[in-house]
Amino acid sequence: MSERQVRSRFWGSEAFSGLALISPTALYAILLLAAPLATTLLYSVFTDGYLVVIPHFQLCNYIGECRSQLADGTPSPDTYLGAWSDPITQALMLRSLNVSMLVTAMTVLLAYPVAYFVSFNVDASRKSLWLFLITIPFWTSYVIRVFMWNVMMSRTGVINSVLEGMGIISEPLQMVFTIQAMVVTLAHAYAPFAILPIFVALEKIDRSLLEAGQDLGETRFTTFLRVTLPLSMTGVIASVLIVFIPTIGDYVTPNLIGGGKIPMIANIIEKQMLKADNRPLGSAIAVSAMLVVGLISVLFLFLNRRYLKGQK
Amino acid sequence: MSSEKPTMIEFKDVHKYYGDYHALRGINATIKAGEFFSLLGPSGCGKTTLLRTIAGFEGISSGVVLIDGKDVAGIRPNHRPTNMVFQSYAIFPHLTVEQNVGFGLRKDPRSKEDKARAVDEALAMVGLAGYGKRAAHALSGGQRQRVALARALILKPKVLLLDEPLSALDKKLRENMQVELIKLQRQVGITFILVTHDQEEALVMSDRIAVMFEGQIAQLDSPEALYRLPKTRAVANFIGTMNFLPAKILSEAGGIAEIEAAGLGRMALNVEKQVTGAVSPGGATVGFRPETATLLFDTQEATDRESMATVEEVVYYGDMTYYDVKLDGTAEPMRVSMRNVFGRPVLDIGTRTRVGWSPGALVLFR
Ligand SMILES: Nc1ncnc2c1ncn2[C@@H]1O[C@H](COP(=O)(O)OP(=O)(O)OP(=O)(O)O)[C@@H](O)[C@H]1O
Ligand SMILES: [Mg+2]
Repeated sequence: MSERQVRSRFWGSEAFSGLALISPTALYAILLLAAPLATTLLYSVFTDGYLVVIPHFQLCNYIGECRSQLADGTPSPDTYLGAWSDPITQALMLRSLNVSMLVTAMTVLLAYPVAYFVSFNVDASRKSLWLFLITIPFWTSYVIRVFMWNVMMSRTGVINSVLEGMGIISEPLQMVFTIQAMVVTLAHAYAPFAILPIFVALEKIDRSLLEAGQDLGETRFTTFLRVTLPLSMTGVIASVLIVFIPTIGDYVTPNLIGGGKIPMIANIIEKQMLKADNRPLGSAIAVSAMLVVGLISVLFLFLNRRYLKGQK
Repeated sequence: MSSEKPTMIEFKDVHKYYGDYHALRGINATIKAGEFFSLLGPSGCGKTTLLRTIAGFEGISSGVVLIDGKDVAGIRPNHRPTNMVFQSYAIFPHLTVEQNVGFGLRKDPRSKEDKARAVDEALAMVGLAGYGKRAAHALSGGQRQRVALARALILKPKVLLLDEPLSALDKKLRENMQVELIKLQRQVGITFILVTHDQEEALVMSDRIAVMFEGQIAQLDSPEALYRLPKTRAVANFIGTMNFLPAKILSEAGGIAEIEAAGLGRMALNVEKQVTGAVSPGGATVGFRPETATLLFDTQEATDRESMATVEEVVYYGDMTYYDVKLDGTAEPMRVSMRNVFGRPVLDIGTRTRVGWSPGALVLFR
């Protein structure tokens, strides 16, 4: 076979058309995801200079004490602690985990009944209308939605003025700048993301299975526990991950609702990257956070593996 | 003989509306204990609806349903002594075969070991011994159906309801399962109620059949009675094939009806055994099944009567040949089925032939 034949075979092949089809997406993914990720990984093991990152390998951004280089190239007299050694970073990581777990639990627990209602109680012809209504919050930007909660919950906000006007409280309630306020805000912001996968999983359940459950002696409720819930776990698991992973890294809500007083891990990454001009440390914290989230997610999937096995 | 069996299910003037749609229009029927009963009818006639009123998935608008002498109005499916084999089988995809079969045993007070043994026995009964540990979603259609049967039968219901359980299987497997279901029913002695739109299936399997049209039971009889003496032309047409000829009743006295039918001439029929139906305004009709008439070859003599006819169409089936023949003096061709015995030729279209028939095989619809 001549080289030309081989080449024309390749250009006409299915493999080529497949590659051609995914190439824009692949390029986009490489440029916007893989490249920054690789840069972050590299930065996290480099040395911090004055406004630059010096490609000098070290692991102290992760663990131990580190020195930046000054503008003239000499090591700074002051040291800083690596991501895993710094108690502040540790505390922020724990707080972020704490907040996002609370948010996840609250979002998924509230999303399930909504998804269940739309799937089982809404007339088939109305379902798309309901889904459309559920996505309405997405019509405004995330920042505006978060800020709206600030308007609702601030000292002079809607909730406080109404309660005061009705004489139920005399002093405005302290709602903003609390973790609870952040949890409420985030749960609201992510609710549609949690509802949709659960809804899809519920929709896929063959309704005759529920009748079979009752036919075999179970009540509606025990049928739910023994049939509906396990069969919808794929959706619940998807919802948990979809909410948990991004909320850990959320940095808008701590700023707008927490007023910067309750920073989370993303806020300290931002600070190191920009204000403190320590991109290697910022990168190391970012990579560490990613690892923690990744590990927890994998562990979560592992614990729920029996629900994810192939089902028809 | 079967009339001695006690009553298991009784419908008394059952009506069911879906909104404006009148799905069940006055069902009256009795199903006996231990009977293999079929609900047969065309698509949309309300068979599934009637079955679901027994299971408790569908409430009724008026009337009474009694199961084992008890009015079941308001009793939820989980408290009824019935179990169902769903058309889709409804096998729980997240459970193994044995978990599926044992699903209904949760509240059973027996020990774990006893329950496991019961599951094994149920699986063996439907020919799935050793399949217990398999994932239910990895089963073939026929195996799913057996799991569904085992899962229902393990609860020893008084009535087993089957909604077109064989329609998803291919022909060969379906015929095997028909035989197995009959055997199983004899073995366990439970009342089986089968929904089907396949008349052959109903004839093969049932002790009695209720033929339904448009929400009503048109006729409830044994397979033989349904085939021999259908009450209406609609039932006659739904079960097998029947030829119809216009007829006139000349006189009716002493249990004998004198009639004259187009193409066949005058004859006397036994009113009790051969005359059926209410008086219809369109005039009377006689009917006969294709296999009760015969084409007479060469010097063959008719056992009873004969008429002249012309062959209009020939359909060759290997073991059988179906002839559409037009009797002299009639407008529509009649179907006659002939067994292809050795040495008998297949006639050509246009051949003149004699048709042998017996007045005793005719049915008169008034
Ligand atoms: N939930 C429902 N709402 C409205 N109409 C219904 C409902 N269920 C059934 N029907 C109507 O009632 C009639 C009888 O339905 P049913 O399912 O009992 O028919 P069937 O005899 O079982 O037919 P098939 O052989 O096609 O299964 C049909 O015309 C159907 O459209
Ligand atoms: Mg049906």
